Parts: sequence; C-alpha cells; structure tokens
Amino acid sequence: MRMLLRVVGVLIVLSLIAGAYFAWSLSHAVALPAGPVTSVAAAKILLEPIADGPNAAQLRQGQYLARLGDCLSCHLRADGEPFAGGLGLNTPFGVIYTSNISSDPDHGIGKWTPDQFYRAMHDGIGGGGQHLYPAFPYPWFRNLSRQDDDALLAYLKTTTPVAYQPPDNKLVFPMNVRAAVAVWNLLPLPPQPGKQTPQGATAEWSRGEALVLGPGHCSQCHTPRNLFGADKQGEAFQGGLLDNFVSPDLTGNERTGLGRWTVDDITEYLHTGRNARAAAGGPMGDVVTYSTSLMTDEDRHAIAVYLKSLSASTDVDVTAADPASMKRGAAVFSDACTACHLENAVGQPTLFPPLGDNAVAQQNDPTGVLHIILAGVRVGPSPTRPSPLTMPSFAWKLTDQQVADVSTYIRNSWGNRASPVTAADVAKLRSTLQLDEVRLTDNSGDH
Amino acid sequence: MATTLKPVEAVIVGFGWTGAILAQQLADAGLEVLALERGPWRDTSTDFATGFAQDELRYMWRHHLFQNVSDDTLTIRNNVNQTALPMRHLGSFLLGTGVGSGGVHWNGQIWRFLPSDFLTKSNNEQRYGKKSVTDYDLTVQDWGVTYEELEPFYNQFDVLCGTSGKAGNLNGQIQPGGNPFEGVRSAEYPTPPMPQTYGPTLFGKAAAELGRHPFPHPTGNLSQPYVNNLGAQLGACTYCGFCEKFGCGNYSKASPQTTVLPYVMAKSNFTLRTECEVLKVELSPDRKHATGVSYVNSAGEEFFQPASLVILSSYILQNVRLLLLSGIGTPYDPQTGLGVVGKNYAYQTMSSVNVFFDDKLINPFIGAGALATVIDDFNGDNFDHSGLGFIGGAYIAGMITGGRPIEMIYTPQGTPAWGLAWKHAAAKNYLRSFSLSVHGSCMSHRGNYLDLDPTYRDIHGRPMLRMTFDFTDNEHKMSDYLTDRAAEIAKAMNPREIKLNRRVGSWNVVPYQTTHNTGGAIMGDNPANSVVNKYLQSWDVPNVFSMGAGAFPQNAGYNPTGTVAALAYHSAQAIIQQYLKNPGPLVQA
Repeated sequence: MRMLLRVVGVLIVLSLIAGAYFAWSLSHAVALPAGPVTSVAAAKILLEPIADGPNAAQLRQGQYLARLGDCLSCHLRADGEPFAGGLGLNTPFGVIYTSNISSDPDHGIGKWTPDQFYRAMHDGIGGGGQHLYPAFPYPWFRNLSRQDDDALLAYLKTTTPVAYQPPDNKLVFPMNVRAAVAVWNLLPLPPQPGKQTPQGATAEWSRGEALVLGPGHCSQCHTPRNLFGADKQGEAFQGGLLDNFVSPDLTGNERTGLGRWTVDDITEYLHTGRNARAAAGGPMGDVVTYSTSLMTDEDRHAIAVYLKSLSASTDVDVTAADPASMKRGAAVFSDACTACHLENAVGQPTLFPPLGDNAVAQQNDPTGVLHIILAGVRVGPSPTRPSPLTMPSFAWKLTDQQVADVSTYIRNSWGNRASPVTAADVAKLRSTLQLDEVRLTDNSGDH
Repeated sequence: MATTLKPVEAVIVGFGWTGAILAQQLADAGLEVLALERGPWRDTSTDFATGFAQDELRYMWRHHLFQNVSDDTLTIRNNVNQTALPMRHLGSFLLGTGVGSGGVHWNGQIWRFLPSDFLTKSNNEQRYGKKSVTDYDLTVQDWGVTYEELEPFYNQFDVLCGTSGKAGNLNGQIQPGGNPFEGVRSAEYPTPPMPQTYGPTLFGKAAAELGRHPFPHPTGNLSQPYVNNLGAQLGACTYCGFCEKFGCGNYSKASPQTTVLPYVMAKSNFTLRTECEVLKVELSPDRKHATGVSYVNSAGEEFFQPASLVILSSYILQNVRLLLLSGIGTPYDPQTGLGVVGKNYAYQTMSSVNVFFDDKLINPFIGAGALATVIDDFNGDNFDHSGLGFIGGAYIAGMITGGRPIEMIYTPQGTPAWGLAWKHAAAKNYLRSFSLSVHGSCMSHRGNYLDLDPTYRDIHGRPMLRMTFDFTDNEHKMSDYLTDRAAEIAKAMNPREIKLNRRVGSWNVVPYQTTHNTGGAIMGDNPANSVVNKYLQSWDVPNVFSMGAGAFPQNAGYNPTGTVAALAYHSAQAIIQQYLKNPGPLVQA
C-alpha cells in the first residue's frame, strides 16, 4: 500500500510538472502590443560585429550560438534589456520568470565558471546547484559540445551587464520545490543527433539535424508530449501546442505538415518570417526575429533539407462540416476577412497568407486558428523584412458562434479539410485567453 | 524646473512624414537621433485595424485621429481688420497629431510640381509681364530650388512608397498613357497605375474626346504588393474607399507606418519619445545657434533636450509657431512687407462639379484616396494665360475617393439639405453620381500671413498661432475658369444633370477643403525674402532646419506631399554630405 501511494505520488508530481511544462506561455500573446515594435532592435545586438582580438573566434562562435539557440525569445521581457530576462511564462501553476543571463556579476552570469554553465546547459542545474525548470531547453542544449558551451558563456560575458533581478517565480506547491524536477529528469529525453542517420544522408542533412535537435530545440514545441511532458513515441515533429498556439506538424503530411512546401519555401520562411504560403506569428514569430532570420543561409537551408526528410504523419479521419455552419461561416469570412485575405482567400503573397491548402488552418487541433482570430497575431519582423504585419483581434467583434462558423468554413474550403469547430471550443479558448470582455484596445477605442 | 537630458546629435520635432524620413536618413548616416512627437504611438492593428478602420462616425465626424482643439488650436480671420477667434472645431483643414500624423490619414495622392511651378515669379514675368505677378498684391517668388534639382528626390519618395502610376515623360520621351505635361522623370513609377473604375473611365473618355490628355492619378494606394528599399511591405489596395481622414487597415496606403517605421524603429541609434510636446527651440546667447529644445511630457514634466542639430518636422502651422516662439528669424509685417517668418501663407483653391446619371451605375463605394483619371492641361503654366487675368491653374480629376455615407452623398441642385425630399434624392443618386475635383493653386498675397495671436493661448500658456487668410481675385478667376473646363468634361459624359460647386466668396473654416496649408517658413535664395535656404536650413540659426510645406513660397495646383518629401530628402542629403562635415550655413547669404 505504501509502495502504491509512493507511485501515485510520483505520478501526481510528474503530471503536475508535465502540465506546467507544456502549458507554459509567453505573456505577450494575449493582447497585441500597442507600443512600438522594438524587438528587431534587440535582435540586432546579435548581429553587432565583434572586434578582432585574441578570443574573437570564440566570441563570434558564441554570438552565433546565441542566435541558433533563440536565447532572446525568452531572456528579454517587454521594454527590458537584452539577456536580462524577467519574461513571465504563464503556467497553470503560476508564473516562471526567465533568468538574467547578462554579464552582470550579481544578477546575471558574470561570475559563472565554464563548469557551472556546462552543468546548466547539459544537466539543467543552475549556478546555485538548483534544478532548472525544463522551460529552459537543456534537454536539447545538452546536445551542444563543451566547446560550444564555453563559447556561448564567453560571449554572454561580453554583453552589457544589467543589474536587474527578475521577480521570484510565483508557483504553487509542489511546483515551487525545484527538486521535483529531478523526478522529471528520469523520463526519456529528446533524441540526440547522429544516432539515426539514414543511408545516403548528406553532410547538409546532418548539419540540419544537429541544428534542429540541438540549439534550435524545435521539437520542444513541434513534437506532441505525453502526460508527463516527454516526447510521444513515434510522433516526432507532428505538431504540438504552445501558449495556446499550435506549433504545426513539420512532417511531410500534405494537409497539416510541410508536404507541399519546397526547401526554398522553408528557407524563405525562416529567413524573413513570411513566404507565399504562411507567416510566422506568435511564438514562431519570435523564433524568426531572434533566431532563424539571423542564421546563415547555409544553416537555414540545412534545416529545410532535414525537415523535408521527415516522413509524413499518419492522417486522421475528418468529420464532415455542417452545411449550415459553412454557409454562416462564408458570410462572416466575406465580411471580416476579405479585406486582407481577399475573396477565395487567395491572400497576398508574403503579406497576408492564402488560406487554401494552408497547414496552420488544417491542424487537427483548431486552437491555433481560433487563437489567431480571437487575439490577433503579429508576424515576426526580421532584418530584411522588418514590417510587423499584424492581424488584429476579432474578439470584440465576432461571437463564439461566428468564430466557430468562420473557422469551420476556413478549415473546409479552397482545398482544406479539417474537423469542424464548435462555439464551445471558442468559448473555452476565449476564457483561457481572458478575452471575454475585450473591447478595442485603450488607444483605439472611443473615449 | 526643466530637467536637462543627455545630449543627442539630432533632435526631430514631430514624427510624421518628414520626421520619419529625416530620422531614417540621419540614423543611417550614423547620427544619434531622437524624435519627439506630441501625440501617441499609432499602429495599424491597434489604431485602425480592418475590423474598425471604416468607422466614419469615429474618424470623420469625431476626428479621432486629429489634433484635439480643446488643448491647442489656432485663431483665424480673413483680414487684418477682423479680430481672429480660435477655431474650436476643425473644418476647412484637419490637423494631424500622433506618430505618422497626416501621413496616416491622407488620401495618398502623390504629385510632383511642374518645373515652371518652382519659377512662379520669373516664369510668369517672362511670359505674361511683370504685372502678372504683382496684380492683386500677389507676393509670389521663385523657390530657389529647381525641379531638376529635386527630381532624384521625388524619385526617392516614389521608391519608398511604391507609388502606382504611369510616367508621361520618361527621360524626355513622352509616354502614352501618362501625363505629357509633367517634368522629365528619370524612372518609371515603381508599380503600375491602379485599375480605374467606371466613373474615372467615363471621365477619361469624355476628356479625350475634348482633346484633353487624361491619365491615371499617381497614387500611394498601391496597385500591387510592394517591398520598398527598406524592406518594408505594402499590400495591394482593395478599394474600400476609406483613406482620407482614416488610417489604412490593410497596409496598402503609403504612410510612415507602412514604409519607414518598421525599419527605423529597429535602429539602435534612433529613439522615439511620444506624448512629448516641444515648447521652444532654445538658442545660444548670441541667438545664432540652437542649443536644443524644451519639451513637456504627458505628465507635465519639463525637459531640456540638448542637440547639435534641430529638425523642425511638425506640421507647417506648428513649425511656424515654433520659429516665432523661439525668436528664429524676423516676423513678417504685412504693413511694411518686411520680415519673413509667417510670410506668404497660402492654401489650396478647391471647387468641384457633381455629375448625376440615370443610366450608369457608378458604385462610388468602390473607391480609393487617389482613384482618379486626371487631366493636367490647365495646371500651372501648361496653358496660355494671356488675357485670362490670373496665374496658376489646377488639375481636374474624375475621382472616386469613396462613397462614405455620411460625407459623400451627392444630391442635385435644388435638393433640400434634409427631410423626405433629400432622402429620395439621396436614394436615387447615390449609386449614380460622382464628383469632378478641381484642385487649384493658391498664390501668395501680401495680406495672407501667420503670426502669434495677441490674446489666445494654449494649455501650456503659449500664444496660439493666428492665421490671416482670404482667397484673392487671382484665385477666384483661376477657379472659375477651371471649374468651367471641368463642367465641359462633365457635360461631355452625357449625364442627366450636373451641379457646379464654385469657389465663392471669402475663405471660411467650413466646410472641409484640404489640409494643404503652405508657406510661413518659406524658402528662397536670400535671407531678405525667405526663412530657409534651398536646403530648408534657417538663414538665422544654421543648425535649425524646417521641413514641410511651410517652405512653399506659394502653392501649386497639386497635393503637396510629394514635394514635401522631395524637399526633405534633398535637405537630408545636404545635411549628411555637406553640413555634418562643416557645420554652418550651406548657402552663403
């Protein structure tokens, strides 16, 4: 009996951690920013030339790793300084604030030794010996070499020190006990590169694999998780949920994945955050701004080659949509969506995505589509395409039924095929996103 | 007590079109640039998103994007014998505020002035005699800059905006389909003209039958998606018909937001502070050098911002007021004709002709800010003015900027302004009517000027600007002549009836005419006749530059934004290539 209780206890702890793990969210996602978009300015720190000197090569390597690892997506809060952290990641159990990794000796990593940094990157153990919550992607960063870790730390030590202490995490028991993470660490970790190289794989493929499974930590979002927050076996890159946004299927599935995309489509998307098929918004917009738009063309191409090698996920049966809902949805679409997406949803390439044959629209889980309609979404700006093109929120304008109808219509028109959406689905997400009483943002309404 | 802030290399006062252009140019040249904007941050998705951008009540009627005249306005009179009173409801022109300012709520009509427009005095003197430019107490001047000098900078603005149009004169070769009267262009428009709808097409056909030379209006409402030289993206216009007085919800109208801001906001050597109103340019004791600007933020805190370079890029009425409040240059005196600051305030002389059909559905709700077919046969000096008794001219446009229900329902002559008869006329004519716009020049006049009001003050206790303005006989004669030319085309379209809306009587603050105020900080070739030199640099305080249509010595028969932008780029280049290397006057007096 005691044994059983112990097992149940472990399971409860695991499931709580798991829940927190894949429900963590970037706090900016709900309300679109009313202020200037300065994120590209912050990202440009990662492009600042490093002067020649004795360890210039190491520092340049470290700076490039900071781009590959997408550090600033999390270690930068709104109106904050680069690397100073303090971004609140919302979980059902409270808020985790990202740490200060600037060179400040008291608040940042200024006093860290390479050994300490390696333990954090490899084992998820912080500078004080404490367990780090796995929102920090050490299960992927462990695939970096010791030399990479040393270079990254050397670079971070050159950043402007910011004497800023992020707020304490606001977590409820038992999540506030960091040792609980040790239990989670017993679960299987994500795969390591170089273990399953197919025959005939090119060096470029291997580079792509190393980037995706290593610093890129792509599967942290794009692989579905089991109850305990570990990879679902056999479903790698088949899409997950993050921050109530869908992280789409990256496999060769032609409906929900990258099956219709070419290598060049993927490369352009990673480079500019937009292509003729889609736009990178939500968390992926940040990934483009702080990471993929700052990579070399070769690395973007390698990632694309690797992703195109992922075999298609198994398709699921799709329930037919109710004709009455489709008819209502068509009317809402014509009224609310065609100003940008145009009649027949052909869109305007690289500006407003076409919605036919659109993978995001057809994800099995409609949450992404609903989120975009309710909260709006901003495309991640990039150095070559700085326009933060933004779809506005429609939460103030459309009822739950209207959002359900138009989503069902979009998911089942122009070649699309996906399960219908109900008003209850919309109501639930609306509540989660706290958009129940939304009106026009303060600087746009009548007042 | 004002807090003194860390010095910057350049401070930009006002963040609309010219502020954004100068910010981008100077920041790219490596300067530490700070922009101060009195109004709020504004962006597409939060301030004029497609879901609510087309709200006529909010934006047109309640002036949502415009200056709040209960905080600050100007006083107005027609002549020096009247007492000026504050304008407490915007009417004839709509003053912008906030990031992007008028560049947010303009129509997107992008014009170049004619080569002869820059030589108003010398060209008319030569062709029509000395009297032609002094009749009616006109005070017209040459600009001190030529079309040829500005051509590359006009081009630069076209490349920024992705202007849609058809060149009429490409490197001296007249092009079919374009404006044969325009100055020589060195490049075709970046994007093709907007496809014309039925009304403008009918206009073009009728005008051609009369021997005129119709062409599509050059426009910043784009005909196709465009990526500009800064990587910023614009979409293709969807003809929703909500441009002027509105922000564009789908990124298809050129504005600072769509063309410059995505780029410049990301520069680490550029900073924007919103809701910071500049009160004054501070000068050194000898008054020959600006030390910076004083400003107040929305919390009422005062600051002194030291700067090596001061760019005045607020709207002309604010720019002129700042010059007067700061004591830069000698104020103009209409009695003696001496002094220059406030001199040659001018405007735009508008009239129109409404056309009503029985058998043709015009569908005016399919519109865009610059959706028009135009003739330029009677603009500037494109025609012989001998014996006409006026100088200047206008373009005539068969234009459908929209069919907005509150503002844009046309009813025939004799229709009551309200009640059942109006309703019947509105219902009968809404889909079957549109308007020909006569967009006329406005010459400068000895009695038209700007100065500080002796009585009224704003919320900061500063004197308001006082505007003294009326149309002169030159403008009335020009407008009548041009309105008759428009009526000829209107009749040639074989409508059921037409209605002439002539420019009659004194200028009034109602109804809306245009927000094309010009002059007051005029440019010229010497300090005796102008406030700034050809590079928009103050003759008196060489580290102050004054942007905008305030520099126009008189106004041409075109919308001003293209020329305002070209002058800004021209100035920016001179600052970067000449001034920074050797700070001081760029033109020796």
